[in-house]
Amino acid sequence: MKKIGSLKEFACTPDRFQGGHRLCPGCAHSMIVREVVNATDDDLVISTATGCLEVCSAIYPYTSWDVSWIHVGFENAAATISGAEAMYKALSRKNKLYNEDRRVKFVAFGGDGGTYDIGFQSLSGAAERGHDFLYVCLDNENYANTGGQRSSATPLGAHTSTTPRGRVSYGKKQKKKDLTMIMAAHGCPYVATAIPSTKHWKDLATKAAKAISTVGPTFINALSPCTTEWKFKPEETTEIADLAVETCAFPLYEIEDGHKLKITYRPKVKLPIEDYLSRQGRFSHLFKPENKWIIEEWQKQVDEYWDYLQRREEAGV
Amino acid sequence: MATPKEMLTDWDKVQFGAVLPAFEDPEHKKRSKFHSYNYSVADWRVEKPVFNRELCIDCDFCWVSCPDSCFIVEEVVTKRGKKQAKIVGINYNLCKGCGVCVEVCPTPIKSLLMFPEYVDNEEALKQWPKKDK
Ligand SMILES: Cc1ncc(C[n+]2csc(CCOP(=O)(O)OP(=O)(O)O)c2C)c(N)n1
Ligand code: SF4
Ligand code: SF4
Ligand code: SF4
Ligand SMILES: [Mg+2]
Repeated sequence: MKKIGSLKEFACTPDRFQGGHRLCPGCAHSMIVREVVNATDDDLVISTATGCLEVCSAIYPYTSWDVSWIHVGFENAAATISGAEAMYKALSRKNKLYNEDRRVKFVAFGGDGGTYDIGFQSLSGAAERGHDFLYVCLDNENYANTGGQRSSATPLGAHTSTTPRGRVSYGKKQKKKDLTMIMAAHGCPYVATAIPSTKHWKDLATKAAKAISTVGPTFINALSPCTTEWKFKPEETTEIADLAVETCAFPLYEIEDGHKLKITYRPKVKLPIEDYLSRQGRFSHLFKPENKWIIEEWQKQVDEYWDYLQRREEAGV
Repeated sequence: MATPKEMLTDWDKVQFGAVLPAFEDPEHKKRSKFHSYNYSVADWRVEKPVFNRELCIDCDFCWVSCPDSCFIVEEVVTKRGKKQAKIVGINYNLCKGCGVCVEVCPTPIKSLLMFPEYVDNEEALKQWPKKDK
């Protein structure tokens, strides 16, 4: 496992994901990806589900990747990476000298659409079969690449192009699916949540290093604030991510062996959920008097979940 | 090797299963024409970040947060023998002017500030806010 020391040391890592890609200015996807691929010195084989990251980092005939990278469909990043991993294992078994001096790790990236929804069956299968890989979900809570449709990761009340706000609709009616816990329930040896942020850079880098070096299927759910669809200014990306954590809308934790839960960051003062919601255009309608109950509902859900995490941590189950 | 332009012929001539070599010379990390590193997104920018070396404390917050891998670092070794990244500049071919780096820069007077694209960097440094005496 690569030792993640100070940021000054970490910044000596030669970047393995380069600029020149066409993600929006201030896009969090690339912040997360850079940290993940820089969190190991091993060779990497990466597959990426269709979505903003894949489309923007591989505009034919360009690539932004300094590591081996496979362009796959929307639904099969996990299936592809498990196939690559199985082939690598088989070749190494047959021929002891195959790539003898190298260590290769397998990583898949997918958006929330490609992970919570359409790619879920392939991810669930790969985790159940127990392949040795890390899957990172870049969770921007919508199908951003196709114009911002709702996904099962979209939270309550959010305006998206398929849950538009208006006279009769207040945005999405359902709450966000808890995919991190679902992956933990697969018995994965390591799952975690993370955000792109300067304050929590080490949290993400350490989790990525840990996940990559863990043998077996591992999963990181990284919140990826999307300037275009969440509607905030590009320079605010890391600030919005920090607010998600400070309000406990997206708590940082990790789970080992499917049950040992550890909260990796506790806000000193838990900020009210309005501080997070009010900064994003996709929630602006919630501040109308008739929608006040949604904010109250949000706060209730956040409080309950935060309590639940703390109780689980305490009980070690 | 075909150039990116030659590969970008008509849609029906796109090569199936194409492998795009990111490196011309992997040993020396020489990136190929197919690497977006050698592409420029500079024209996306209206404002650009300007870097003031004099004020920088090398916390590397800008390096870790830049979504476009723009910060050029130089590895230095401290007196105690520790590796440390020193920020030496911004790759303006890759910078889209999002302003994240300016936001995260923690020095009392920022070591990074946004300026209109047409302002010369040298001129920008002259206009930098001064410390209150
Ligand atoms: C089978 C299939 N259906 C639909 C699409 C069109 N499509 C491409 S990207 C995308 C949305 C991706 O959303 P998400 O996975 O959340 O990634 P994001 O763009 O938000 O990063 C869709 C619907 C596709 N490429 N393949
Ligand atoms: S739409 Fe959102 S996720 Fe997609 S590139 Fe833009 S900011 Fe990034
Ligand atoms: S403005 Fe944005 S893209 Fe340009 S150097 Fe700063 S963080 Fe990077
Ligand atoms: S964030 Fe500011 S102080 Fe820190 S390394 Fe970058 S320019 Fe220097
Ligand atoms: Mg998405």
